[in-house]
Amino acid sequence: MTPPGPPHLKDGPDASPEVLAALHRTWSDPPGLRGWLCAVNHKTVATRFVVTTFVFFLLAGVLALVMRLQLARPDSHWIDPHLYNQLFTLHGTTMMFLFAVPVMQAVAAWLVPLMIGARSVAFPRMNAFAFWVFALGGVFLFGGFAVGAGPDTGWFSYPPLASSDYSPGKGVDIWAQMITFTELAGLLEAVILITTILKMRAPGMTLARMPLFVWATLVTQCMVLFAMPAVMLGSTGLILDRLVGTHFYNPAHGGDVLLWQHLFWFFGHPEVYLIFIPPLGFISTIVATFSGRPVFGYRAVVLSLIATAFLAFGLWVHHMFATNLPEVGKSFFTAASLAIALPAAVQIFCWLATLWLGRVRFSVPLLFVLAFFFILVLGGLTGIMLGAVPLDLQLHDTYFVVAHLHYVLLGGAVFPLFGAIHYWFPKATGRLLGERAGRWQFWLFFTGFNVTFFPMHLLGLHGMPRRVYTYGGDMGWGGLNLLATAGAFCIAASVVVFLWNVAASLKHGAAAGADPWGAGTLEWSVPSPPPPHTFDALPVVHAADPLWSAPGSPAVVSGLAADAREVLTTTVAAALPEGRPLFPQPSIWPLVAALAVSALFVGSVFNPWAVVWFSLPVAVAVIGWFWPGPGETRRGLALEKKP
Amino acid sequence: MLPMSRPHRHPGRTAAEAAVALAWLPGAARGQGAHDVLRPAGPQAAQILQLWNLTLLVCGVVFALVLAALVVALWRGRVRRAAAGPAAERAAGHWVGGAAGVSAVLLVGLVAADVWTDHGLSRLPQSDALHIEMVGQQWWWESRYPAGPEGPGFATAGELHVPVGRTVVVTLLSADVIHTFWVPNLHGKKDMLPGRPTTVTLRADQPGRFRGQCAEFCGTEHALMAFGMVADSPADFARWRAGQQAPALAPTSPEALRGQALFTNGACAGCHTVRGTDAAGTLGPDLTHLASRPTIAAGSAPNTAEALERWVRNPGVIKPGAAMPASALSQQDLADLVAYLRSLA
Repeated sequence: MTPPGPPHLKDGPDASPEVLAALHRTWSDPPGLRGWLCAVNHKTVATRFVVTTFVFFLLAGVLALVMRLQLARPDSHWIDPHLYNQLFTLHGTTMMFLFAVPVMQAVAAWLVPLMIGARSVAFPRMNAFAFWVFALGGVFLFGGFAVGAGPDTGWFSYPPLASSDYSPGKGVDIWAQMITFTELAGLLEAVILITTILKMRAPGMTLARMPLFVWATLVTQCMVLFAMPAVMLGSTGLILDRLVGTHFYNPAHGGDVLLWQHLFWFFGHPEVYLIFIPPLGFISTIVATFSGRPVFGYRAVVLSLIATAFLAFGLWVHHMFATNLPEVGKSFFTAASLAIALPAAVQIFCWLATLWLGRVRFSVPLLFVLAFFFILVLGGLTGIMLGAVPLDLQLHDTYFVVAHLHYVLLGGAVFPLFGAIHYWFPKATGRLLGERAGRWQFWLFFTGFNVTFFPMHLLGLHGMPRRVYTYGGDMGWGGLNLLATAGAFCIAASVVVFLWNVAASLKHGAAAGADPWGAGTLEWSVPSPPPPHTFDALPVVHAADPLWSAPGSPAVVSGLAADAREVLTTTVAAALPEGRPLFPQPSIWPLVAALAVSALFVGSVFNPWAVVWFSLPVAVAVIGWFWPGPGETRRGLALEKKP
Repeated sequence: MLPMSRPHRHPGRTAAEAAVALAWLPGAARGQGAHDVLRPAGPQAAQILQLWNLTLLVCGVVFALVLAALVVALWRGRVRRAAAGPAAERAAGHWVGGAAGVSAVLLVGLVAADVWTDHGLSRLPQSDALHIEMVGQQWWWESRYPAGPEGPGFATAGELHVPVGRTVVVTLLSADVIHTFWVPNLHGKKDMLPGRPTTVTLRADQPGRFRGQCAEFCGTEHALMAFGMVADSPADFARWRAGQQAPALAPTSPEALRGQALFTNGACAGCHTVRGTDAAGTLGPDLTHLASRPTIAAGSAPNTAEALERWVRNPGVIKPGAAMPASALSQQDLADLVAYLRSLA
């Protein structure tokens, strides 16, 4: 791996080939299978993370197609309710917990260091550990489904339906522990990203010069820290009720069924914004690049992101308007639900101004972003309707909500995400995605999406409730459902085109070069794909869009060890150089620890004592993880600056 | 919004319906009128529809303006040759600020309309209200009419009769998991929470049949948990109530008599009540006047001899997951039993 002996090579401007080779070697993941399992380079781990979330996206999409086939005609008995209820539970759970939130973290873990001029994320081993835990949690959920123990109580799993009285079997236990897996991974990623952003920005990148995607990530991950503990607490209570007979949610023994709903939605509503805010960063980035100018109203956009994060925690009760809450309390949540439209509107107006003031170039990434203006704005407006108590009482739990949430989540997150993939794919792979296939993908997706989900608004108004495996022919819902099913297959065709485009472009795509779009942020200053150490020399930042501004002096940092994983930390607000800690080497221990933790979580579903027994291997793995090797100690001592 | 006392008008072709008409397809939502947010038959649903129309109008205009602004901005950004000057930047700032201001004003207006409407929903006159209890169970509905000056109390299943023009207060209970009471033509939803009784207050202003359906996912057969809500003229309601209060009619035909013996001595009576007989089980629906109901199994089958026979033989065929077990009765016994059930008018 790293050559023995004390480090002696230093990076800097015009570095010798020897130094560059040393940097390359130092930051590479080790070769071979063992090296693959030990990898900690943030680009390696994040790529795996993105690909894994995408696999879950495809699986959940297939589940959706099966549901759409079942609903295409009334009185259909192709699928029985037992299976259908598992399908929609798994679809929602997978999309929310295994795709939408983690994919944003995964993209950020790849992109943020490049955007802020760092060679790694903070805590690289924890990053690897978080990925393994996440992946194993997803495998656990689908493994349960494959052996007939899929959860069937919805992605929201309301007790008492989710209690052992009404849902015997292991399905809900597996669901609750899957929450523990993914939330653990999510919280770790949040810590990693927040630390990376606040402590590892290139010198000179003050908070006011941070790219807007980095701001969006910072805001989102701070929300994760407050939102996810609520659902982990909730799901722990649920599994304790089920496994050891506590009564958190059992009204017969003093528990409360609404307690779960408060805990779940205190997480669940902010979760929508965990999914939605990072794409706002994608949009700000893509709109700026394809308008050829910085986003209009940088400060207004940043303040809007922060305002959204605060307001997002004041909306959860609008999922519970049909419970017995007092009128005044509900009015407060109506006001908060409508108020959150304002920061979203401000950002939309700023992007419109950016397009207006800029010189617009049409390209596939911009197309996906423009779809946002149609789809998300429509979804936001139906959100305003659902925030009103009287309208919500009619529309709640109908297909209107299914339409609304897909307009918000696909329009607000998936369309911009595809735009982001088209935009950054050349950076990650060195090859451009095919433009023609990209346009086909876009138009199939846009058309299919609206054909699928717009009719659902009408179905909801005509009284079709959610989560029904079939409906009577005399209800008159058949035609619109058939239309929705046709649209769903149009979306599937679009995804197939995308997969084909990725495969073909990886092989034959046009070479991208360092900066195919003429963009302004730091990631476009390094080769595509970036070398393992990303930056030959860390940049010094003198403006918000370094690549669009005249170079300042000094241009780069010099003097970091090239043959050890030395990184630069800077101060939180002004990004002044502060320290140069040594980052850890690749290691098998994060994987071992993830396996031990998974054994503990999985075992606990079958026997509560598993928590006790498996804490032993967890402890061993963590000790191994932090045990300082002799080489590391020697390198650390050699790099220490004596006063 | 309209005050409660004024008789509400039937909205003709609303903006929403025009939108619906645009998407009308052969065979699409023909709208049987009995289960539809857009066809109110009571003051609350009518008020909610008014708020819907207002909100749809405001949101529709905003949506159109945003798209128009996008098209103009793209067109302008396409044709621009040089970078915009400081004057254009300033002007853009004014537009952004102005648009944000207008948005804030619209949002405050909508919040006011929402709160006003919500307040109006709870203002039906309560003095002569009819009180009913409804219990949601996996996966059927029990309606309990308490005893009062009009006579003894009784229970029925899968249907809710109310008199036209009179306020009805329904106390909502759950026997197991969370269900939601919803009759879209009359009012919005109210959850039925185990351990926490809730109430919904509503009024039907015209006679008719409306469909209610459970709206909270409640397990296997959530999809097939419906009930019929019947708004009767006061005279019809009184007649119906008197009929329900009476004990079951004694069967007359020999088949029905044999069926009654099977029912009372067999497994049926363990779960079902037929008032006036020894059958007093409480796990399943009260069957005293079963034959007066148009559907069985929470609206999942018509109340015909053929459907009853299928149901009794194996409920899982009509409704997978139903708690009632399949029976091993001979064809003759089954026919007798159905004859008895059909006699419970």
